[in-house]
Amino acid sequence: MSLRRIIKNRHILDDDCHHLGDDDALPSGPFTVSLARWNKERAQLSKDRAADVGVRIPNDLDVNEVMDQLMGLPRIVVEFPKFSDGRAMSQARVMREQYEFKGEIRATGDVLRDQIWHMYRCGIDAFEPRPDRSIEDALKAFSEMSINYQPAVDSAQSIFQRRRAT
Amino acid sequence: MYQYDDFDKTLVNERVAQFRSQTQRFLDGQLGDEEYRALRLRNGLYVQRFAPMLRVAIPYGLLSSRQLRMLAHVARKYDKGYGHFSTRQNIQYNWPKLEETPDILADLASVEMHAHQTSGNCIRNITTDHLAGVAADELEDPRPYCEITRQWSTFHPEFNWLPRKFKIAFSASAQERAAMQTHDIGVRLVRNSEGILGFSIYVGGGLGRTPIISVKIREWLEQEHLLSYLEAILRVYNRLGRRDNIHKARIKILVKALGAERFTQMVETEWARIKGTPGLTLAQADIDAMKSHFRPHDYAPDAAEDLSFKAHVDEDRAFASWAKHNLAQHKAPGYRAVFVSLKAPGIPPGDCTHEQMDVLAELADQYSFGEIRVTHNQNLVLADVRQTDLHALWKVLRMHNLATPNIGTLTDLICCPGLDFCSLANAGSIGVAAQINERFDNLDYIYDLGEIEVKMSGCMNGCGHHSVGHIGILGVEKIRKVVIDGEKKEFKEEWYQLTLGGSASNDATLGDRIGPSISRHEVVNAIDNILKVYVEQRRNEERFLDTYRRIGLDPFKAQVYATGETEEIA
Repeated sequence: MSLRRIIKNRHILDDDCHHLGDDDALPSGPFTVSLARWNKERAQLSKDRAADVGVRIPNDLDVNEVMDQLMGLPRIVVEFPKFSDGRAMSQARVMREQYEFKGEIRATGDVLRDQIWHMYRCGIDAFEPRPDRSIEDALKAFSEMSINYQPAVDSAQSIFQRRRAT
Repeated sequence: MYQYDDFDKTLVNERVAQFRSQTQRFLDGQLGDEEYRALRLRNGLYVQRFAPMLRVAIPYGLLSSRQLRMLAHVARKYDKGYGHFSTRQNIQYNWPKLEETPDILADLASVEMHAHQTSGNCIRNITTDHLAGVAADELEDPRPYCEITRQWSTFHPEFNWLPRKFKIAFSASAQERAAMQTHDIGVRLVRNSEGILGFSIYVGGGLGRTPIISVKIREWLEQEHLLSYLEAILRVYNRLGRRDNIHKARIKILVKALGAERFTQMVETEWARIKGTPGLTLAQADIDAMKSHFRPHDYAPDAAEDLSFKAHVDEDRAFASWAKHNLAQHKAPGYRAVFVSLKAPGIPPGDCTHEQMDVLAELADQYSFGEIRVTHNQNLVLADVRQTDLHALWKVLRMHNLATPNIGTLTDLICCPGLDFCSLANAGSIGVAAQINERFDNLDYIYDLGEIEVKMSGCMNGCGHHSVGHIGILGVEKIRKVVIDGEKKEFKEEWYQLTLGGSASNDATLGDRIGPSISRHEVVNAIDNILKVYVEQRRNEERFLDTYRRIGLDPFKAQVYATGETEEIA
């Protein structure tokens, strides 16, 4: 399999992470499993493959209910079934701000240049842009806007705090 | 009014550049229709029946004369010489060219204006009372809180892809003028028993297909927590609002489905997690800094000593009539707020030409501290006029067809653009408005009827607020099947559904459907019949709404359906 290219921390990287089906054999390198498989095989996976295993969560999940089982993972994958469905924005922000999840949060699905900046602001640090679009073009998402009014994961300061400081 | 600092200017200019690039990528074929659509909507650009429509934001309806001149310039240079003020206190241009919209936005940015989030499933323009800051019955000026909320909601990364559009209104006066309870969130300024200013929070109001009056979910919220509380509401909605059915996606449906109590509990749980976060907590210094943008004007202390106003009222009957209907009390003695009627006979409600805008900008500079407001009833307001200037002001307004003395009357009706412009509409509304104006052209009769709100929408999305009109008119489409020369044909016809007894005021109520819909040529007769019943039954100076509430639907129904062509629409 040819390597996937992703954006991670604002750079384009080759990525060898495998998104496994529930019956797929475990590869040697990093991989992700569904939340259902994680729930079933958690004891084994966290013992043998703690450095490699990531979990994919559906976007209608209340992350508050599962974070105690996901903390410490190297990677959580959130889903954008449609670019216009912003539920995973809230999931990412809650995981970062309320649980201080430090691993990678990766966006998959309908991941497009014009939404990436806001995903990043919500705490998503890795992106698998839709394969039919240029990843180089998607990288431009990070240099379009320099001012944010409200606090988010990338900057906890509101515009009101910034003004207070000037 | 609020003045941009370097942060604001940079943000608006960067958005213009970003939108220019998005439009270019679309024209180059790199962006699909659906993707570009979502992006252009978030910048106020619709594709309409004949041309794109650009909706420019007028935050809480407040404009400077410089901004109004720019709106005139845009109408002249990029459009057909006029604009349409909407029920969202915004302005819409109906004939711009897609390729030119980035240039329009750049022109607007030069006067601190934009079209951010005037459409799309995101937080829309924040609205409030058009008499904010000058109303005698106001607790405190709500506009500093509107501006704080505008900034917090602008390009909010978490809430830009909500299940559906989201509208927030602020209200601070005894007499409700912001239709606060028909918004997704209503914020009411209140004082607690110690005299401290804070907010009551209402959620789940909305018009459209399923009109609902909002419920109060929090009696008292400290000022400092405004943003964290809003964020908690939006997060619950973003997570749980329905995305499978556009007609069930507004927060009002979620609140109904969960029940107000359960919904409130979820908001409170979420709020407990983020309450006190420094970035979401307003310091008194932040509020004071924002308030400094909305200080009361430098009113002349001796303005009330003027005797000329009363003399003009006594001498000039036309002026007296205008003064009676188109002025509102002002908290400063000797000042009035002046309603500029955009409901002249023969003009689509809310339309304003570029010449009129320029004249109004001039009048604002001369008589009203250089500011103009837009009302959700689609009129304009010069809010700070000395009474000694009123007669001179009126003469100029009258010369430009801006002094129709009909504010609050039957012909001051709210109306969406309807089938003439809007691709969503099922039926025309501007034409019906014109018919109403033609039929009821006797001012004495209209004055005798007193306060009456007619609101009309060309489809059930309800942009014309029909469900909260004293008389509501909703355009519906009817398919008539006929056989001509053995061939089956279908004709679309414009029919209308009337409701009575709605109100967006303190006693917010949804109107009652009077009966089967009626054909277009019957609408004016039906209104005539409704008014006849009212005139017969009213006691003393009773308002239409109060008569209706006292006697109920039946007498009106009997009169409307006594004659005329009707047909049930499923």
